[in-house]
Amino acid sequence: MSDVRIIMGNEAAALAVKLARPGVIAAYPITPQTKLAEILSEYVEAGELKAEYVRVESEHSSLTVCIAASTVGARVFTATSSNGLLYMHEQLHWAAGSRLPVVMCCVNRGVGAPWSIFNDQQDSFSQRDTGWIQIYCRDNQEILDTVLQAYRIAEEVYLPVMVCYDGFVLSHTMMPVDVPDEELVRKFLPPYRPPDPLSPDRPVTINPVFFPSRRENAEGVLCDGYMEMRWKMQNALERSGETIRKASDEWAKLSGRDHGGMLWEYRTADADLLLTGMGSIATEATLAADALRAEGIRAGVVGIRVFRPFPGKEAVRAFAKARAVAVFEKCISYGYEGGVSSDLKAAFYGTGITAPIHDYIAGLGGRDVKTRELVEAGRATVAAVEAGDRENKLIWLNCRTE
Amino acid sequence: MEKTDTNRAGICTPAPGEAGKTGEWRELRPVIDPAKCIPEVKGKPACFLCWLYCPEGVVAMTIPVGIDLEYCKGCGICAEECPPNAIRMVREADIGE
Repeated sequence: MSDVRIIMGNEAAALAVKLARPGVIAAYPITPQTKLAEILSEYVEAGELKAEYVRVESEHSSLTVCIAASTVGARVFTATSSNGLLYMHEQLHWAAGSRLPVVMCCVNRGVGAPWSIFNDQQDSFSQRDTGWIQIYCRDNQEILDTVLQAYRIAEEVYLPVMVCYDGFVLSHTMMPVDVPDEELVRKFLPPYRPPDPLSPDRPVTINPVFFPSRRENAEGVLCDGYMEMRWKMQNALERSGETIRKASDEWAKLSGRDHGGMLWEYRTADADLLLTGMGSIATEATLAADALRAEGIRAGVVGIRVFRPFPGKEAVRAFAKARAVAVFEKCISYGYEGGVSSDLKAAFYGTGITAPIHDYIAGLGGRDVKTRELVEAGRATVAAVEAGDRENKLIWLNCRTE
Repeated sequence: MEKTDTNRAGICTPAPGEAGKTGEWRELRPVIDPAKCIPEVKGKPACFLCWLYCPEGVVAMTIPVGIDLEYCKGCGICAEECPPNAIRMVREADIGE
């Protein structure tokens, strides 16, 4: 029996969290928090979700509560957005370094200064190097399904997962969402049983000062130093792609919904022009690809679903035959270019992919991105490449730049 | 077979010597004067404020009071807290072997 509801992205996320049955939820309730935390508090209040709901005085504390609860073996959840995520920054590193399967939703919004409450992806992009897995959702159904997958992934590879979805464009927009029943979810996501939670039966010191060198402990075991611990985290992230794909495939088998493991493709088989991006802007790009095809330009879309670990090898396969690439990004590494563009170029280096890459910075601070603007951008990229211009470009889309 | 560190995260088990022989860090050594130390003078368990305040747990509640110099870092808190000033901090360099 399908249970399709017309709901906003925040409710889709909340329903998924309820289905995952976390033991502890911690959230800072005020701006820039979203309705997601409020809906979860209503579930707990109504007794529909038997979780400890901890209200804290800051986002830094909300993640700290999750870290502590996860350390003693609880399944945990928190959510934030924008400057709230920035305030968590120190604890983001701490959760990843402690290898805890914390799951968090980041409702993507611009960061200050100047103040913005509107959508872009600068908040989570700025947390790229913290050791978290980052998954970007393209619609409300994917939000629900991805939160469930996030727990599966996190609890298998012992890394925290950030489920990112665009503020307002998804968080506050209603779409039909098929809500799976508990039995199906239980098949996919068994209760969390960590092998070694902190307990009085097993007293340990967690994260003491690690010295530069490896060092023998009291039992004569040569223990890893700081650098080995950091390599273990990098190694786990590199290998997590396999788990991410597996979780996606298994969920697809159970639910009938496949959102693509690391990335997804739309009309790419014969495409000369590939449009790409993360989140809802990639959905928008599929409409642009259709429109461009109607004009005779063979366009397709590669949606980057997982940003960390970056799907470099999949990207090389997906972009192998492209003659031109247009990247649409709602974030930028100031002083250089957009992060997806940088990562794609790094992945392509030495592989023979020489298609010029036009990096379009778009929709910062909630500036609307219309399909026709993406169509115009795609048209301009193709025109430049056909005229023999092989330069990569950085272009601020729909922005006065003089 | 050589044992390896299988911990995902930075974890160590509390045990003497887990952080190495921390007594090697010591610059100043606590030296107890038995003529002033309360348990010794009274001949019964008393005071032991040095045991209570020691942050390293290296003071033994015995008569005479014992200090485990393998792990005493020489912080001097015992000397600071000792009511009859029975503990002096002496430079290690000034103590002959």
